[in-house]
Amino acid sequence: MATAQTRTLSRIMMAPAVIVLLIWMIVPLVMTLWFSFQNYSLINPMMTGFAGWANYVYVIGDPSFIQSLVNTLILVGGVLLITIIGGTLLALLLDQPIWGQGILRIIVISPFFVMPPVAALIWKNGFMHPGYGMLAHLWKFFGLQPIDWFNQYPMFSVIVIVAWQWLPFATLILLTALQSLSEEQREAAEMDGANAINRFYHIILPHMARAITIVILIQTIFLLGIFAEIRVTTGGGPGYASTNIAFLVFRTGILSNDIGAGSAGGVVAVVIANIVAIFLMRAVGKNLDA
Amino acid sequence: MGSISLSHVKKSFGEVQIIPDISLDIKEGEFVVFVGPSGCGKSTLLRLIAGLEDTTSGTILLDGVDMTKAPPARRGLAMVFQSYALYPHMTVRDNIAFPLKMAKAPKEVIDQKVEYAARTLNLSSYLDRRPRALSGGQRQRVAIGRAIVREPKAFLFDEPLSNLDAALRVNMRLEITELHQQLKTTMIYVTHDQVEAMTMADRIVVLNAGRVEQFGTPLDLYKKPANRFVAGFIGSPRMNFVDGPEAARYNASAIGVRPEHFSLATTPMPGAWKGKVGVAEQLGSDTFLHVHVDGLGLMTIRTDGDQTFGHGDDVYLTPDPARIYRFDAAGLAL
Repeated sequence: MATAQTRTLSRIMMAPAVIVLLIWMIVPLVMTLWFSFQNYSLINPMMTGFAGWANYVYVIGDPSFIQSLVNTLILVGGVLLITIIGGTLLALLLDQPIWGQGILRIIVISPFFVMPPVAALIWKNGFMHPGYGMLAHLWKFFGLQPIDWFNQYPMFSVIVIVAWQWLPFATLILLTALQSLSEEQREAAEMDGANAINRFYHIILPHMARAITIVILIQTIFLLGIFAEIRVTTGGGPGYASTNIAFLVFRTGILSNDIGAGSAGGVVAVVIANIVAIFLMRAVGKNLDA
Repeated sequence: MGSISLSHVKKSFGEVQIIPDISLDIKEGEFVVFVGPSGCGKSTLLRLIAGLEDTTSGTILLDGVDMTKAPPARRGLAMVFQSYALYPHMTVRDNIAFPLKMAKAPKEVIDQKVEYAARTLNLSSYLDRRPRALSGGQRQRVAIGRAIVREPKAFLFDEPLSNLDAALRVNMRLEITELHQQLKTTMIYVTHDQVEAMTMADRIVVLNAGRVEQFGTPLDLYKKPANRFVAGFIGSPRMNFVDGPEAARYNASAIGVRPEHFSLATTPMPGAWKGKVGVAEQLGSDTFLHVHVDGLGLMTIRTDGDQTFGHGDDVYLTPDPARIYRFDAAGLAL
């Protein structure tokens, strides 16, 4: 790309792809913005026209919105907590030389390959079903009353399922970081009289800080929009107990057939995602500076 | 304090035997260099002493105390690694203070010792920098500083200069030697560079395939090599070896002559080896001639820098009869 000619050429060659991507992104965004200011309800097709901020007032003013926002943050926070701590511990374990390491790693990573609705179904029917789930059997074995997970602890159940899916991702990234720590640094710390716990806090954890940051950022992006797991298991309920922002948009726009209000919710979700992203970058982004 | 004594130390990784059987006595305050070609087990031996590897059998005594099974931290030794192994997220100050913090030393003591180490090593103005903002030589000094503050029984150096450029290496060589004279602590230094070994050591251990070939002062090794391996390894350029009928004239299965122990003539001399100059390497102070000697092969000759021999010149070589090393069929010196 040294000369003006190659630069021009490369721009021309890239243009089609860039234009297609741009249209792909801009058109839905603009349409959503447009719908969010329109009266557009499938139940009441006669009511059309410009709605002003009515859709936004309707979505944000609804008490379910605050609950959904809180649920979104609990879901993201809970899953992050479980995956970071669990992932670090698993990575430390997997870093030990053991027989069958290769196979074991693939097994550990496999939940990540299961599609979200499938994973949710496995958990819903295989583990958490109050009648024939594995956990129900376990509870009965100890003479306890089986728990109806999705009714009694809806958010907790969703968090467990999502964390199960994302734990392998965190483990994988953290394990890679762990393996890039030079053996000599560990040995130097050992010679310097640091015991295993001190080595972890003073040498290993700072070394992994960057990988942990990356895991937090990537997971947050995906966790803000968790949908399939909720749809398959609790359906957002009971009430709004396990509805997050993404699911609220779905409920408003599709289940209640109010496209205008749904679009407004979508726009709000985008704004919230950006606010979260800004806070996150402030909080942990400094770890990314080399 | 700081005597190190190994007796019948053996080390194998699975089936592979790295160190068959080594016994060594390193006196207090000595600067000992382990030297040998790569893969000879010198680093493994150092790591055994450090406690970073388990000994398969044998005992390691530090100051007369059996430390064979002791963890590295309890041995009271400090090690400087080839990659320096500085902690990248800590400042120079924290790096140097780390072993003291781990030993739970009081803050004033830590500050005082870090200051002292920094002054000794000329690091005072870099204390608040991170390792990545330092040059190779400075990083090396931080690694040494981290070792000094612990006041160890002995320092272990694992090829510490191999990542530095040539000029800096000469500098650091002097600095480490000076440090030893100042601290008078036992030091073990591993290198594959025989020049480092010769210039720094009080005594040198020449290792080959996990065996000690010879243990002696640099000049001992140079003047009285125990065998053909040591003779070839110590000295630069390396010794010229001749075997066959020419060696038999000296009642040996092989003879060796160092490049600096030849006299050179342009006219035939009785008993001289006739050869043709291949390459002349002019260093200014010296000239190394690579001479193809009829029937004996390629020989390296060291002459003074004013010689003007060039490619294709005929020369006659006479080895200094007092400095011909003779070896038997097993390679041992006669």
